[in-house]
Amino acid sequence: MIIKTQKEIAENEITDPWVFKNRRTLIKAMLAALAGGTLPPSASADDRKTEWRNLQHGEFSAKDLMPTPDELVKNYTNYYEFSFNKEDSTSLAQNLVIDPWSLEISGEVEKPGVYHLEDLLAKQTLKEYVYRLRCVEAWSMVIPWIGFSLADLLKTAKPLAGAKFVQFTAVHQPETMPNQRKRAMLEWPYIEGLRIDEAVHPLTILAVGMYGNATPKQNGAPLRLVVPWKYGFKSVKAVVKIELLKRPPITTWNKFAPNEYGFYANVNPQVPHPRWSQASERVLGSGFFTSRRQTELFNGYGEQVAPLYSGMDLRHFF
Amino acid sequence: MLIKIDNLWWFALAGGLIPLFWLIADAAFDHLGANPIQSLHIRLGDWSLRFLILTLAVTPVQTVTQWRGMAEYRQLFGLYAFFYASLHIVVYLLVDHALIWPTIATDIIESPYIWFGVLAYMILFLLAATSPKWAKKRLGKNWKPLHRFIYIGSGAGLIHYFWQLKGNLVEPSFYLILLLILLGFRVLTCFKTRQPAQTAISKGRQ
Repeated sequence: MIIKTQKEIAENEITDPWVFKNRRTLIKAMLAALAGGTLPPSASADDRKTEWRNLQHGEFSAKDLMPTPDELVKNYTNYYEFSFNKEDSTSLAQNLVIDPWSLEISGEVEKPGVYHLEDLLAKQTLKEYVYRLRCVEAWSMVIPWIGFSLADLLKTAKPLAGAKFVQFTAVHQPETMPNQRKRAMLEWPYIEGLRIDEAVHPLTILAVGMYGNATPKQNGAPLRLVVPWKYGFKSVKAVVKIELLKRPPITTWNKFAPNEYGFYANVNPQVPHPRWSQASERVLGSGFFTSRRQTELFNGYGEQVAPLYSGMDLRHFF
Repeated sequence: MLIKIDNLWWFALAGGLIPLFWLIADAAFDHLGANPIQSLHIRLGDWSLRFLILTLAVTPVQTVTQWRGMAEYRQLFGLYAFFYASLHIVVYLLVDHALIWPTIATDIIESPYIWFGVLAYMILFLLAATSPKWAKKRLGKNWKPLHRFIYIGSGAGLIHYFWQLKGNLVEPSFYLILLLILLGFRVLTCFKTRQPAQTAISKGRQ
């Protein structure tokens, strides 16, 4: 059951839906009338794009990997803000309000700020990234994301020398998120983090789409982190804030069960979860009586990321 | 009181197969969701646990209602618990792991939650094997203490369930409460009958 609790809004504060829906066209028309001529295309005046075709692939995109059927990816999400049941989040997440959306970049940066998602996207080059996703629950998928390099975004904020870690905060929207309303289980909003060198690694992206279209709400719309060599819970959905920090952030799962979910959470078949093995994984979409996939160190991205952890005991820093 | 228990037994026997046909139908019509193997596996485990709880419920129901002849149902439900646990394991070995033994070995060794499942299954196996009348006769006095291992088996089964979960604990908590009620009932009756039983014996000797 979906219980909608909404703030009371005075009648005169509500914009006519038609005006709201066509606001950008209207503004364009008004500006065009003012300028008395054609207007250069302005990103902030464009509707958020929802479809992309034939994008260039990212540097480490696995073009030859067969993506998991999108129907499975769209109906199997761990989105605990909505439900502990993967299949229930699909419909519950549709209540999430994602327009307008802004992203705050703050902390150890020269140019902190709050940006409209549209303005932010206008400055980034979107590419396609076919990445494997390995959940800590020992299942995996292959997803063709559409997004941009996190490093490129962080560059625009000019990180200071003190920036050693990056903290990501997911949306706090208790009016649409039942488990935030109930304060169920985890501490909300959801927080994750990366070391700065992990954050600026070319594999790390912020995604706005998948399978050629805008990311469905249950999969983390409108903006989510994707860190393919780490367990899925590191890849925060619905990011609203990125903070550069001097010290490691306290992340949600790590705080909840520090002996089970480490800060690094690198995919590693040699380091079992305290309660279950991480040696193999069930690839979604594979049939009955087919073997499980042998999980790879760093989810198969070892060639790219292993140098980040040279000299570190991965059993200790799990 | 007017219901004939004999007829009901056949209903119970047939009813125990409904979850199996339901699962087969869901598998055939692709209704098992995005991760059908896991769904099949979990649902079989759920049914094993449910039958185990039903088995444990028979004695308290018999005591409270003073109905007679319910031991047959206890046996039937117990065997169904074993049946679904066996299918649960077949699905794990064959459907999920395609009988690739090195992967299976690693998985079992590295997953403590599976150890409790293995313990629960070993107990269920032992109890199912000693379930027939001839076995009961042969074991004599030892049969009852042996079959009290069901308490350990159900506890291990529940730990097996709890320990694999990351999030939602509502459903296993429901079974935990049921199990505590059913085991609590035995503790209570044990306390109640101990004193009078001893006096009854001493009276008999006079």
